[in-house]
Amino acid sequence: MSAEQKTGAEMLIRTLKDQGVDVIFGYPGGAVLPIYDALFQQNDIQHILVRQEGGAVHAAEGYARSTGKVGVVLVTSGPGATNAVTGLTDALMDSIPVVCLTGQVPTHLIGNDAFQEADTTGITRPCTKHNYLVKDIIDLPRIMHEAFYVARSGRPGPVVVDLPKDVLQGKSDHYVAPEEVTHRSYRPQTKAEDHKIAEAVEMIAQAKRPIVYAGGGVINAGPKACELLTRFVRTLGVPCTNTLMGLGAYPGSDPQFLGMLGMHGTYEANLAMYNCDVMINIGARFDDRVTGRLDEFSPRSKKIHVDIDASSINKNVMVDLPIVGDAGSVLEDLLAAWQARKLELDQKALKAWWQKIEEWRARDCLKFEQKGQEIKPQHAIKRLYELTKDRNPYIATEVGQHQMWAAQYFKFEQPNHWMTSGGLGTMGYGMPAAMGVQRAHPDALVIDVAGEASILMNIQELSCIAQYNLPVKIFIVNNQWMGMVRQWQELLHGGRYSESYSAALPDFVKLAESFHAVGIRCEKADELDDKIMEMIDTPKPVVFDCLVTKDENCFPMIPSGAAHYEMLLGPDDKVGKPISEEGMVLV
Amino acid sequence: MANHKDQEIEARTIAVLVDNEPGVLARVIGLFSGRGYNIESLTVSEVDPRQRFSRITVVTSGTPQILEQIKAQLDRLVPVHRVSDLTMDGASVERELALVKVAGSGDKRVESLRIADIFRARVVDSSHDHFVFEMTGKSEKLDVFIDLMQPLGLVDVSRTGVVAISRGPQGL
Repeated sequence: MSAEQKTGAEMLIRTLKDQGVDVIFGYPGGAVLPIYDALFQQNDIQHILVRQEGGAVHAAEGYARSTGKVGVVLVTSGPGATNAVTGLTDALMDSIPVVCLTGQVPTHLIGNDAFQEADTTGITRPCTKHNYLVKDIIDLPRIMHEAFYVARSGRPGPVVVDLPKDVLQGKSDHYVAPEEVTHRSYRPQTKAEDHKIAEAVEMIAQAKRPIVYAGGGVINAGPKACELLTRFVRTLGVPCTNTLMGLGAYPGSDPQFLGMLGMHGTYEANLAMYNCDVMINIGARFDDRVTGRLDEFSPRSKKIHVDIDASSINKNVMVDLPIVGDAGSVLEDLLAAWQARKLELDQKALKAWWQKIEEWRARDCLKFEQKGQEIKPQHAIKRLYELTKDRNPYIATEVGQHQMWAAQYFKFEQPNHWMTSGGLGTMGYGMPAAMGVQRAHPDALVIDVAGEASILMNIQELSCIAQYNLPVKIFIVNNQWMGMVRQWQELLHGGRYSESYSAALPDFVKLAESFHAVGIRCEKADELDDKIMEMIDTPKPVVFDCLVTKDENCFPMIPSGAAHYEMLLGPDDKVGKPISEEGMVLV
Repeated sequence: MANHKDQEIEARTIAVLVDNEPGVLARVIGLFSGRGYNIESLTVSEVDPRQRFSRITVVTSGTPQILEQIKAQLDRLVPVHRVSDLTMDGASVERELALVKVAGSGDKRVESLRIADIFRARVVDSSHDHFVFEMTGKSEKLDVFIDLMQPLGLVDVSRTGVVAISRGPQGL
């Protein structure tokens, strides 16, 4: 409690400071002017001015994913809030902690169709973990602290706090510190029951063909959880695969790592999933991109599913042993129980299982042939990885073929270095996300692997990158097509390439220059390495326009509605049977 | 394990204790419509004004897998304190209240009053040419009563939807 009278806006800034916030991504407007005025009069919190509110949310997501902290967004009422909706949905799908402050018209005008009024809590209810409308300044500090608590606890997610202008301008002397706020109802279960842990280790000990399938939940549980995952997998000597969101949870170059699984996952990961007898799912949600056809998904395995969100369990795939808890806490308990019981796997069976896996691995499913001067997109991304890996870069992506190639050819040794829109698949995510990452890690190498179509969706943020001199590297894999759309049209729609050609593209080098960045174009394979090095060594933002083979498809691929064993390994593999209508609707 | 496609559709009555805050009902209803779950009836009212608790009773249907999903999804809503499956977790009492307006005269009017008496419905409003009956009971009993009133001049029905509580000394 402080006797000093503060405005709602000043109080808001104080709650942000007390929550340890040092940067917010935002865009001003009428309803939030009091907050901008309060921001102007202090130096602890930096405001990064984006160029469209959608960019602010993705930047906050990039910041959050690369630091493990809550990302903070500030936008105005009406269009400011509606522009944020895509980013909020993205953060909800990928479980990213974000607090989004939205301006609102004064309380007495709410419901009157006032200028720049939108029903923000109504619109964002299905795309946030929770949202609040602050109607009284007395509630403001409590709601702000609750918002941060809800955003980062349990399964993280976005929280909107809608702030009417009269609340921001009102005065109050009532402040509560974060420690004084306990949420009335929200207490997610983080520790698993002991009997479940016991059951799990006994089930694992019986396994002859086990696999660990780990997802973004492990990354959200923190770097310690990722270390525990690594220890767990190494202690057992079992294979491990990661989901798209889980890349970096287990070291990418470790021999026990089978690569990513799912639609564009590796042959060995998918066949190991199909053939395993005990599956240990930690923090992954049996997404349709992972399972393929459900009735053919790993049909002979016993499944253990560890998730902090009980509603993720038995949603798509029925499991034998559900365990609700935090990935880190459960892994610690599993390891302790395994060691205390002195359990060991059947080594002979495990050896035979690894032999089988090595046979699958020998198919070298990610191989491609780089011939002549035309650059294959896979080659471009592989070289980008080889030439940057020693600098431990942070990689963001847009959405499409380039995203899958980046997931396949980059090896992530650590968590929090991979920022991609997995659940929602938001084109335009990568560049603003990379901005947020670069702000959090000013000296790190931050690369947005992009496509020429995706990058245009939030191209205005180049202006933000220039303003704050964020040395983000934008690596455009330019095949002049919406590549993934074109690939599906080739495979599923008789090669009728409806509206998927990237016509009238800008000159990306000149575009970069006009935004005060450096533009580099690469058209020949033998220039690629030098130009990538030039990009890395440029201490400024760079737009790298890498012209690649136009009609390359992303393999391996499990066609929609197909099972894991029906993978296409390359262009010579034909879709075994015509894709069913049921498969076609699965997109 | 078996896929949910092979499972039978069942009905369940679920009680949800929530914070009585703005938007909480919209959150629950939005969850059902957004995820394609059924709502057969839904009632809500504050039950503890001091602690600002409201209780939502929802009757829903689906396969056992979907019903488990519904409970888990409800439970993870931030303002939800408790979710209880009154159909599965022991015995419970279910009641619904209906107000039924019947207009008419002569034999039909007499007959409606006679049936109301059998069903222990109360007359809460009347004139020379109408009755309003109030009746509580299980939903099926209300259905039967309303059916019987149909040929006797039924003009309006208002029903509360199901409220339910577990049997025995334990609270929610």
